[in-house]
Amino acid sequence: MTIKHHLNEPLLMAYSAGTLPEGFSLVAATHISMCDECRARLASYDAMGGSMLERCEPAGIGDSALAATLALIDGMGSELGQAPGHPVVGAVLPEPLRTYVGGGVDAIRWRSVGGGVKQALLDTAGPATARLFRIPAGASVPDHGHRGIELTLVLRGAFRDETDRFGRGDVEIADEHMEHTPVAEAGEDCICLAATDAPLRFNALLPRLAQRFLRI
Amino acid sequence: MFEGVSIVEVSGAAAPRNLYAAPNAVSKPVPETRNVTAPADTADARWAECMKAVHRDRDRDAFAQLFRHFAPRVKAFLMKSGTDASLAEECAQDVMATVWRKAHLYDPSRASVATWIFTVARNRRIDAVRKMRRPEPEDLAWGPEAEPDPADVVAMQEESTRLAAALAVLPEKQRALIEKAYFGELSHSEIAAATGLPLGTIKSRIRLALDRLRHAMQRVDE
Repeated sequence: MTIKHHLNEPLLMAYSAGTLPEGFSLVAATHISMCDECRARLASYDAMGGSMLERCEPAGIGDSALAATLALIDGMGSELGQAPGHPVVGAVLPEPLRTYVGGGVDAIRWRSVGGGVKQALLDTAGPATARLFRIPAGASVPDHGHRGIELTLVLRGAFRDETDRFGRGDVEIADEHMEHTPVAEAGEDCICLAATDAPLRFNALLPRLAQRFLRI
Repeated sequence: MFEGVSIVEVSGAAAPRNLYAAPNAVSKPVPETRNVTAPADTADARWAECMKAVHRDRDRDAFAQLFRHFAPRVKAFLMKSGTDASLAEECAQDVMATVWRKAHLYDPSRASVATWIFTVARNRRIDAVRKMRRPEPEDLAWGPEAEPDPADVVAMQEESTRLAAALAVLPEKQRALIEKAYFGELSHSEIAAATGLPLGTIKSRIRLALDRLRHAMQRVDE
């Protein structure tokens, strides 16, 4: 798999710092599960965070805190020997997305949003919302713009819009200046994960009305 | 937003912070301690030895050394992020307890001890302060041979030292911007301005390690 469209530096840095809203973090983490390049870049931002921690002027903390922590340790079990769960190699939905969905593609509870397009809202806290889209092969998502930032990560199939082609693992970063009409490639339905921090802005009347009911 | 904190506030309020201000001497590790052999060129190498002793021997002296150095910094880090002192101290204790509990997951060829503890503290902050989940990427299966290549470990420690040095000589304005990104909320455009950081060599080193790992895993699969 060759990934062409990656997370940008601000997103990676904010994900490393832990300041992204959960929906954006979900897109970032899922992309990194598929992308060694961004995994390495994230590790370097984490190293920056380590240096920041090291540079902190130590705050006062007493030896009683050490005793309290040792007591905390005595009260809990060890995780020794517990290896992290084995990733499902090549699954359409990598972790951490699987956890949010509660399984693989079969576990997604799709709801129709018209035009053959289906969506499934995911449960995330904070100002961004995350959802899965399923666009039938050859079909398009209604022409829309963005009030905030929209991240779209392709999980299966591919789509094209005015800017480029996006295949599995690619993430498109769209901001408020972007108006686009993504079209799924022929041959296979396109499944993608999308997160937005503000409602989309549809250009046609009907989707605009539907938006209110569908929480897009 | 900070429900569940009141108990700590009661016990913490009695003690003025200055009373516990850690003198610098305490935060320096004692090089020769039981079970901790320190062939260290860098401070991080010493901390890595402590982590090993905590993992392998459940060594409380080694843990105490880590605690005295890192707990005050984790507390400071959380306070800079806007957490009040008592919650920050409570979280710092949680973070250090997690360090004890998950010591077996620390790999010195992938990150410095400070970096690893930073990620634990960051996750605690998201959980306790921001009240969100932290979706994490799939961890790569690093195989049963838990011992990392010593050359990789040394290289990572050297890169970490180099990064710290590069940060120290950064123009104040740029460093302040990076600190803001890590300690608080920063808009996308502000973060964009903060990039162009000296991260290239660490990135390529990790990239190299990942490539080697993939290669090794492929051989296992065949």
